[in-house]
Amino acid sequence: MSESAAKVKGAPPVEVHDLTVSYQNKPVLWDVDFELPEGKLIAVVGPNGAGKSTLIKTIMGLIDPVSGHSLIYGRPLEQMRKKIAYVPQRETVDWNFPVSVFDVVLMGRYAHLSLFKRPKKHDKELAMEALEKVGMAEFADRQISQLSGGQQQRVFLARALAQDAEIYFMDEPFAGVDASTEDHILLLLKELRNHGRTVVVVHHDLQTVSGYFDWVMLLNLRLVALGPMETTFTKENLQKAYGGRLNILSQVIELSRKEDFIREPGHE
Amino acid sequence: MSTFWIILTACLASSACALVGSFLVLRKQAMLGDAISHAVLPGIAIAFLLTASRNTFPMLIGAGAFGLLTVYLTEKLQLRGRLMNDASMGIVFTTLFAIGVIIITMFASQVDLDQECILYGEIAYVPWDLWIFNGMNMGPRPVWILGFVLMLNLLFIVSCYKELKIYAFDRQLAVSMGIPIMLIHYGLMGSVSFSTIAAFESVGAILVVALIVVPPATAYLLTRRLSHLLMLAVFFGILSSISGYYLAYWTNSSIAGAIAVMTGVYFGLALFFSPVDGILAKKYRRKQNTGKGPYEGPGLELRTKQTINI
Repeated sequence: MSESAAKVKGAPPVEVHDLTVSYQNKPVLWDVDFELPEGKLIAVVGPNGAGKSTLIKTIMGLIDPVSGHSLIYGRPLEQMRKKIAYVPQRETVDWNFPVSVFDVVLMGRYAHLSLFKRPKKHDKELAMEALEKVGMAEFADRQISQLSGGQQQRVFLARALAQDAEIYFMDEPFAGVDASTEDHILLLLKELRNHGRTVVVVHHDLQTVSGYFDWVMLLNLRLVALGPMETTFTKENLQKAYGGRLNILSQVIELSRKEDFIREPGHE
Repeated sequence: MSTFWIILTACLASSACALVGSFLVLRKQAMLGDAISHAVLPGIAIAFLLTASRNTFPMLIGAGAFGLLTVYLTEKLQLRGRLMNDASMGIVFTTLFAIGVIIITMFASQVDLDQECILYGEIAYVPWDLWIFNGMNMGPRPVWILGFVLMLNLLFIVSCYKELKIYAFDRQLAVSMGIPIMLIHYGLMGSVSFSTIAAFESVGAILVVALIVVPPATAYLLTRRLSHLLMLAVFFGILSSISGYYLAYWTNSSIAGAIAVMTGVYFGLALFFSPVDGILAKKYRRKQNTGKGPYEGPGLELRTKQTINI
């Protein structure tokens, strides 16, 4: 594992240049180019198959792009791994795996431990702290198969907190969780942001985007728009991102929702 | 004395296999053990031809090389040929095994490799397969080889425990953290190859699969801790070895076969009587919560919430 290099002064936390990714010759992301601001809660929004998860996975080095590259604080990922944490979708792991809640959270510390090194007391304390933050301390010894969906998500979040990173990438942390967990997760995300961390979240629920996040990225194969919520989360942009992909039924649902929550400049 | 050596050999083989097999079972790649155990055959045959002896180390190297080749080719075929994992595995290991069979039959006159022995093993002859070192009788050769491989496996698991754990549980996270996952992956596959070749001389290429898969699967039903799972898997491997030997003695049948049958017997017992996952425990629990509905696990909530979202 490489030592963590210093940030390049003035460099944005995440920058992506001319990124193209394809699965078996079918492009999933096409020439995506952007920089993300520091210390913001940023939602990544777009229809199914728009490449949202792929974008995050490519930045995390889990998928090799066809072309283009991304930088973390102005440096290649390999030098900056300790500065970023990743929360995959909950379904990507086997929740019957024989580990306890505490074991999973402690894995967050592995990023800071070199090969052959075992977690120290300090790591265990940080893991326990993270569990307390997500309100799961009393579940520490529980086997993970006994958790509900919301609890699983909290455990994943605690693991990312234990990583003590500066940039957090989260793939649908609000998917399939109960209302109280959703509130709790949002509170934690805001706390991270208030501590100057950059939090990038793939989000599905268009109703809550403007209420939860500071910035929004609209994605559909290409980058449709990226910017502060007020100026970017507009009907025009949403139509560009979702436009042709919505079937009639979901269009009706979307429109009836949009009435309530989208700011439409000069149109009320 | 020969009883002691046979049982010791079986115990060492089943322990080595149970340790690496646990990780294969957890990664849902149990049948990779089957594939590797067959695909190493050409490696052994080539090593045998080149050195013209049943020297162990060339054989271990040959087996290791072909074991890793199996894993590599399976993954490449899956990626490039857009084939399913099990199909690519089936293609790779049968082809390699067949090549091994051809090599052995082609050079049958020069090769003192018995096909029966490779398929079924001959643990009963272990006490006479002695290692003579500097004219000194060191005891049966398989005991030394298996002991060496078991130590290697233990060393690997103890030193890379946290890496193996995260590799088996959440590969994506491990990669995102920069943990050298390919090293761990091929390290494990190398260990599986070594264990397989060391064990199959005694129990055969087919029954070695039983040792790799069944005791870890039995342990999986009984515990929810990785460290306990490893220990229980070894325990059931050893228990099957000892009881299998006496079953074979009593029925005057194949020792390797009896050991494999015993692994199945313990699995069956765990399936019914496990306090964690057993059929009886589940029935009992269901009876206890009849008022609360049949199932309140995590999956249900997830499904209902998602349908609402759509």
